[in-house]
Amino acid sequence: MAGLTRKDEVLSAYAEKLATLDAPKGRSLTQDALRRLIANKAALVSLILFGLIVAVAFIGPYFVPWGFAQVDWTAFRSPPNFETSHYLGTDQNGRDVLARLLQGTQMSLLVALVATLVSVFIGVIYGAIAGYFGGKVDAVMMRIVDVMYALPYILFVIILMVIFGRNPLLLFAAIGLVEWLTMARIVRGQTLALKEKEFVEAARASGAKPFTIIIRHIVPNLSGPVVIYATLTIPEIIITESFLSFIGMGIQEPMTSLGTLISNGAPVAEVMPWLLVFPAVVLVTMLLCLSYIGDGLRDALDPKDR
Amino acid sequence: MENVLEISDLNVSFALHNSEVHAVRDLNFSLRAGETLAVVGESGSGKSQSFLSIMGLLARNGRATGSAKMGDVELVGMPPRQLDKYRGKDIAMIFQDPMTSLNPSLKIKRQLSEVLVKHQNYDEKKALKEAIEMLERVGIPSPERRANAYPHELSGGMRQRVMIAMALLCRPKILIADEPTTALDVTVQAQMLDLFRSLTKDFGTALVMITHNLGVVAGVADRMMVMYGGRAVETGHVDDLFYDPRHPYTLGLLSSTPNPAERAKRLTPIEGLPPSLEHLPKGCAFNPRCKFRFEKCFEERPPLEPFGEAERKKACFYEGQLLAEERSA
Amino acid sequence: MLRYAFRRVLSALPIAFIAVTVCFFILRLAPGGPFDTGRPLPPNVLANVRAYYNLDQPLFTQYLLYIGGVLRGNLGPSMAFYDFNVSQLLAIGLPFTLTLGFSAFVIATFVGVLAGMVSAVYQNKWPDYVLVLAVMIGLVVPNFLMGALLQLWFGVYLRWLPAGGWVTGSITHLVLPVTVLAWPHAARISRLMRGSMIEVLGTNYVRTAKSKGLGSRLVLARHAIKPAMIPVVSYLGPGLSYLLTGSIVVEQIFGLPGIGRYFISAALNRDYGLVLGTTLFYMLLILVLNLIVDLVYAWLDPKVRYS
Repeated sequence: MAGLTRKDEVLSAYAEKLATLDAPKGRSLTQDALRRLIANKAALVSLILFGLIVAVAFIGPYFVPWGFAQVDWTAFRSPPNFETSHYLGTDQNGRDVLARLLQGTQMSLLVALVATLVSVFIGVIYGAIAGYFGGKVDAVMMRIVDVMYALPYILFVIILMVIFGRNPLLLFAAIGLVEWLTMARIVRGQTLALKEKEFVEAARASGAKPFTIIIRHIVPNLSGPVVIYATLTIPEIIITESFLSFIGMGIQEPMTSLGTLISNGAPVAEVMPWLLVFPAVVLVTMLLCLSYIGDGLRDALDPKDR
Repeated sequence: MENVLEISDLNVSFALHNSEVHAVRDLNFSLRAGETLAVVGESGSGKSQSFLSIMGLLARNGRATGSAKMGDVELVGMPPRQLDKYRGKDIAMIFQDPMTSLNPSLKIKRQLSEVLVKHQNYDEKKALKEAIEMLERVGIPSPERRANAYPHELSGGMRQRVMIAMALLCRPKILIADEPTTALDVTVQAQMLDLFRSLTKDFGTALVMITHNLGVVAGVADRMMVMYGGRAVETGHVDDLFYDPRHPYTLGLLSSTPNPAERAKRLTPIEGLPPSLEHLPKGCAFNPRCKFRFEKCFEERPPLEPFGEAERKKACFYEGQLLAEERSA
Repeated sequence: MLRYAFRRVLSALPIAFIAVTVCFFILRLAPGGPFDTGRPLPPNVLANVRAYYNLDQPLFTQYLLYIGGVLRGNLGPSMAFYDFNVSQLLAIGLPFTLTLGFSAFVIATFVGVLAGMVSAVYQNKWPDYVLVLAVMIGLVVPNFLMGALLQLWFGVYLRWLPAGGWVTGSITHLVLPVTVLAWPHAARISRLMRGSMIEVLGTNYVRTAKSKGLGSRLVLARHAIKPAMIPVVSYLGPGLSYLLTGSIVVEQIFGLPGIGRYFISAALNRDYGLVLGTTLFYMLLILVLNLIVDLVYAWLDPKVRYS
């Protein structure tokens, strides 16, 4: 599932760059990259389109006359129909496809956002500890990361899903729990560089505890990598979530997600194509946008490429 | 003596996003069998591009026009498939950076023997034997062992020797060496120049030595051609140009090169920067940096014209012995 | 080379061991068990069943018993498929998963490398544009969607190919599953290959090869492909994991009775033995394939061997 945006590649290129610069310059490097990203037309259009989808997914439901779980007893299996204000039709249970699509998109985005935050949180803490303490602690902690890299992580997501039940919140956590590895690596490298800086030395000399130093002085300097990591992780999680929903381990009724919608739409697509087509178009468009944004970021960070 | 290479009106240009850059303009010269011609100039003077164009090795956006005749064979505009019959066999090239010019994933022997397999129809065994002989010839100790090595296991000097061996395998009529010593240690440079001298003599190969280092020129070359801003500005025998330069740029190059015989003399750099090929000045391209310029230099571009005896040519309106004038000034 | 291989094997084994250990404890620590679902069993029956599966022993003893069994090649009983043990179930599923995975891997690698090369050689000409489009589709259309669409189009509308199921020896039943599995993989490889090939074609050593008059075919085949393959080969390792994930989906969509389906149904049924067994099996498969990838890598890049 991963690998859509070549996250590792982009981030290691970025980390390499940061390592060769003074660490506090990380911010201006990020700003520089963002400027170049905006100059990239495909990335900019994607950014705008993606923003639009997000906005519609969250604001749209207020303008749709139907709720996502509301049943219209007069319209089962209705194709798109403007007179009944089922603009994208209804499903087998008489629920409005547009309302469900908006709710599903929301859900997919939320899962991605929360899972990304969880993985950023774990990755930052883990990487900062490993990098700050260094030595044996570092060696052992990073060895664990290496080991986990070699594992088929989707199996673990599935095992976690089974264990913790099918609560969407736990779905977020489970995905986040296995996605933090790359983040930990980057943060560790950054921390190694940062801890040699004068301001950290000064904090240490004035008797601050290691965790205070990590939270106050190291973590705030990691904003650049975090932004990039998040951009690249979100599409991967959207795919993972829809994959889990597709095999029946994701979001449960009456709530829905893009994966669930596609999974429900696929078997009946021959007779009710609108149930498959609309969620598929939204999902693919979002992934396409995120992929171009990721490409743009990569080029922005590494201009020598192409 | 017969000419092995006859260049006339050679132009090389590169297409950029919405413009075209002329790297080489109206180049005319000939190379005689067995002689060594030094081509001298700053980076961006077009010296490398002119020869890359003859070898069909221009970048994707590059285009060459004019003519480069090797005997009866017209090299410019020849499709790569036909060019492959000649390059590596009759005309070979050695590049500047021996560290990156050999394929890191192939053993040395493979990179050598393939040339003979391709051009001489040797079988692998015979090609290998000849390749090892050639390695010995270029001064590589225990050549059988080195032949089995990968490039990263050899030093820079060794790799350049391998490059030379590779280029000479088919005893080419013409060898083009593009800054072959620039990337090497000074001590190795001298050895390398000796090697060039003896091998080209033994094989009767005409050598084109592209360089910006006049020390190299003095050691090996018979004739030289000075290039500036994509054009040849002065040609002639090396001795003539060294003792009586007639183009101010040649003079500048000489004064900025250390000369062991005049240790006390201070080096004088050429003032100003090499020109941008996109915005060449009107008139003579060298005029912004020239000490001898006068009005005409800003209005008209001086053509490369013969003067005096001894087959000399220069592209300069100023008449006078520059070196003598500078010394007396 | 042999010593290098040996070292890689030694470093891979602890990883598999740790992973199985982690899985074992996570599964056992979770609330609920394989016999909690459906109608509750009478207490004495439940006790017997638990004793049969060693579930009444202390956790650590269970762990030792399990590892001991694994080392003897016994993956234990399945708790949901009462008549089978895990090894038997794996043996049943293996041919499907291997046929599917192996053909997809080989085809995708071959097609991806080829497409990447063509793209690089015809950079910014029409063959490149067509291929880049195909790559983009492979990258952004998730495999379950691609599966559903292809099934619908070729299986239901056109009726050219069977929409699912498995008939031993039937190639047509393999076409759609393998396509769905291979496409994204080929897309990523092609993308990597295109980039690295463009880079390699611009290197000095390719220029040297051209200057030797070797002809474009030989320059490409002997001088450019090998170094350009290096990033591709280093991707094949992680790529295998994605392929494996994909095979779970594909087996599900097309109704192929492979190991992926066992894994999902085992996970849904809390069939500890089968979950652990399939996980262990996947892990070993990945480790072995990664090992092969490492060896190929060392062959491609001579510098790796000596470090």
